[in-house]
Amino acid sequence: MASDMNLEPHVASLAPELDPARVLFTETFPGGGHWSYRLKRGTTLRFIDIDGTANVSLLLYRADEKLERLNLPDTLKAQHTAHLTAGHVLYSDMGRILASIAADTVGWHDPLCGVSDAGMARARYGEQRYQEHRNAMVRNGRDSLLIELGKWGLGLRDLVPNVNLFSKVGVDADGRFGFVAGHSAPGAHVDLRLEMDVLVVLSTAPHPLDPRPEYQPGKVGLVAWQSGTAGADDPCRNSCPENRRGYANTELIYR
Amino acid sequence: MHTLRASTLEPATAAFDYTHPAGEPWLHTVRRGQVLRIIDLEGNQAVDTLFFNAADTAESYSMTDTMVRQGGIYLSTGTVLYSNRGNPLLTIIADTCGRHDTLGGACAAESNTVRYAPQKKFMHSCRDNFLIALAHADIGMGKRDLPPNINFFMNVPVTTEGGLTFEDGVSAPGKYVELRAETDVLVLVSNCPQLNNPCNAYNPTPVRFVIWDAQD
Repeated sequence: MASDMNLEPHVASLAPELDPARVLFTETFPGGGHWSYRLKRGTTLRFIDIDGTANVSLLLYRADEKLERLNLPDTLKAQHTAHLTAGHVLYSDMGRILASIAADTVGWHDPLCGVSDAGMARARYGEQRYQEHRNAMVRNGRDSLLIELGKWGLGLRDLVPNVNLFSKVGVDADGRFGFVAGHSAPGAHVDLRLEMDVLVVLSTAPHPLDPRPEYQPGKVGLVAWQSGTAGADDPCRNSCPENRRGYANTELIYR
Repeated sequence: MHTLRASTLEPATAAFDYTHPAGEPWLHTVRRGQVLRIIDLEGNQAVDTLFFNAADTAESYSMTDTMVRQGGIYLSTGTVLYSNRGNPLLTIIADTCGRHDTLGGACAAESNTVRYAPQKKFMHSCRDNFLIALAHADIGMGKRDLPPNINFFMNVPVTTEGGLTFEDGVSAPGKYVELRAETDVLVLVSNCPQLNNPCNAYNPTPVRFVIWDAQD
């Protein structure tokens, strides 16, 4: 597969320490792109913030039962966190672990703010339609995710709150949001290890609170490789008793 | 961000006044312009609540739109509850509690196994309440229609380091929150039956719903 697609140069630039023989595929998303793919458990997705300006709005669904989906309140309260980084896992609404964050050079990914919609994007960037701008038109996160969900027979009722990779939004003592500009560095990456067979749905449109007035969403590299699922001594599994129980729930359906 | 405001509405003039037992679901339509008051009768009772556009229930309360459009996580007087289409569903017009949560979601058998212990999956939960209320209503709604909800009277602060904590409530007996419907909405409540969390003193209690017709 690697020889057919000539992955080596891409892998060498995006993930040099990975054995190219284990790489399944690579991809480069333009800013404002959208994508979905069904993937097997034991696959790791490395997302790379190529220019340090990326945002990836990400959703996960159980591949064979898409009513089971990412649940951020359950994810956050199980791990007593309001941000996501290495050692954290992403829970479904059924008490199972869809994916884990096996590595992270960023340190904080936003699970609170969801996506922009057409009105929010128009208010920030003005009208930038296809007719004048072709594929540089403004794309918003909600419509981008709806397009991808539609490819799988899913729609608005399935569009639950997402994770925003590479974006940091702090919360002050009064509960106010503060978007942290320049949070992610060029080349920063996060490894999302799939612990279940999942449908991954994503948009690389700007974060809804990104204050930059120009529409210049960053591009994102992706390397997918066969990593295997979390082992017995894995830090994500052992970061809290809740996650050990979550892995037990997850592994029960793959016996 | 405590924005306390008392209401001038008198229950004697209400169109609807109902005391709802602990641990049970409630599904009710509130018309545009009507005002719904939820009263925490005994204090620190979590009232897990979802709102839907009554004319098209695919349009539901959106936790992320509500937080992002107001720029913060706590719900109180002045908060507009937005839908997943970016439309206002209701506005909080009075609040004697000062802070309500929308990060903590609803308890479920499955999340109880993760948070507490595997055998907790047989305890009653908000998810079960939502599902049975929608099943009995027989209006084509189900699990797919359960996005993250509001927990009225719950206190779930986020620390500046990005931690999430469940603190003792800031509510007390008789405190209330009052919402004006901006469109016809379907209200889905689970009066939370959670017995594993100290935030309600392990004691779920009744709440009271009062509705006034549009004042004009």
